[in-house]
Amino acid sequence: MGKVIVVTSGKGGVGKTTSTAALGAALALRKEKVVVVDFDVGLRNLDLVLGAERRVVYDFVNVIQGDAKLAQALIRDKRLETLFLLPASQTRDKDALTADGVERVIGALKKSFDWIICDSPAGIERGATLAMRHADIAVVVTNPEVSSVRDSDRIIGLLDAKTAKAERGERMEKHLLLTRYDSGRADRGDMLKVEDVLEILSIPLLGIIPESTDVLKASNLGTPVTIADSRSGPALAYLDAARRLAGESVPVTVPGEKRGFFGKLLGWRAA
Amino acid sequence: MGCERINHSLTWDSIDPSNQKLTKITKVLTDSRPIRLKGRSFLALTLTPELPLEGWLARLDDLASRSAGFFLRKPVVLDVEGLEIDRARLKELIDELGRRGVRIMGLEGARASQLGADMPPPMAGGRPGPDFEAPLSDPGANPEKPLASVSPPEPQPVRTPSIIVNRPVRSGQSVIFTEGDVTVIGSVASGAEIVAGGSIHIYGALRGRALAGSMGDSSARIFCRKLEAELLAIDGLYKTADDIEPQFHGRAVQLWLEGDSIMAEALV
Repeated sequence: MGKVIVVTSGKGGVGKTTSTAALGAALALRKEKVVVVDFDVGLRNLDLVLGAERRVVYDFVNVIQGDAKLAQALIRDKRLETLFLLPASQTRDKDALTADGVERVIGALKKSFDWIICDSPAGIERGATLAMRHADIAVVVTNPEVSSVRDSDRIIGLLDAKTAKAERGERMEKHLLLTRYDSGRADRGDMLKVEDVLEILSIPLLGIIPESTDVLKASNLGTPVTIADSRSGPALAYLDAARRLAGESVPVTVPGEKRGFFGKLLGWRAA
Repeated sequence: MGCERINHSLTWDSIDPSNQKLTKITKVLTDSRPIRLKGRSFLALTLTPELPLEGWLARLDDLASRSAGFFLRKPVVLDVEGLEIDRARLKELIDELGRRGVRIMGLEGARASQLGADMPPPMAGGRPGPDFEAPLSDPGANPEKPLASVSPPEPQPVRTPSIIVNRPVRSGQSVIFTEGDVTVIGSVASGAEIVAGGSIHIYGALRGRALAGSMGDSSARIFCRKLEAELLAIDGLYKTADDIEPQFHGRAVQLWLEGDSIMAEALV
């Protein structure tokens, strides 16, 4: 059975879709079978970031409503043959997602994929709660600034209350992915430091993605940053984060600081 | 350590002379000060009418005849959950009860179509309380004490009720426990709130709101490992982050009420 990951944040524009695509591609590079699912019905973007926007025929809502079979809606990536996309519908809204329908689709995907990565819409409403509903693991994407951190904190509260796992009395595994981090600005006090964010959110760290123009460049090209330029700072950070998700022990480094130093400080452990 | 006053019921003679100056100044400054909001709970007698209403009213008359004044001075809530009558008939029923000296203070479980401006207000969130004992069927048994019909509460072991929250309280979550103390093992995030009838103990950072003594307990206190609160209140008196002396920021602190001031002290 595949593992279901939700990539969520509460706040918009912090890098959920970018991170979904980058982590999905990174896991697929390991030859694992990955599907990324766009839950942002009405404002879909994951197809663009993956460069698959012109190949969308059927979408998530079509599958839920029985207009298309799941296999018809899945789009295989042209570069990585184990990476698939289940696109959202752009012409509908979040109400088109039903709890039963989502459960059915996720259940079916778990049978044929190793990883199901759900790209959550921003907010805490229906789309976001359905995206997290059946997750085994949550990746909480946060920018090093106070509003993003507070929204993430709110989302963590919901992950512990509103998910199927929480309702069964189990503990939801939650990881922090700190994106758009600039150690220079953090040192000057222009943004929060890694320690501050970790102290407030108190969940384990999955990775720190440096602020970089490479991310925007890759998005505009329709290529996940992890395959656009695998030597770039963000790509290395996402590749490491994917290895940690897969259970490897990789020390966390703060971009711009000496490798390993911070890793010793924080360590990496699964929640 | 001065603090915002939000009490309207204060009279001048009740002010301690040492505090008068402070209060006078505040009074000049704050005509638009917020009203002190406090909770109070009463035990209401709940009547649950059954169909047919004529039969139910007859049984009620029978009960009232055994004890004149049984409904006197008791708040009565009418529980109409699942009662299939329309608004006009419900109004009739309330009038019928009024003729019997039963004043209805609220309707529980009423549908929107049953409510109106000329009806008692809707009530929700009621919790079961001890049963009211109906007067004995023998009218001669206890005629001189008709009001002593409320049964005493079940004897319970004496202890201060408290709850322990074993994980961080996240933004948007509130822990409300009006019966006693709240202890949090972990932090209280910005945008989270703790409301306690008694004291609040936080073994972590307090970044959200903490409202202690919320049912009117001025002896309640707030304790935390690291004070970064957005709002602190004890017995309805509050302080926002801006009013908290900077030297306490980020420190382990206890807060209590002295007169109308919230006092703070760093804990070593």
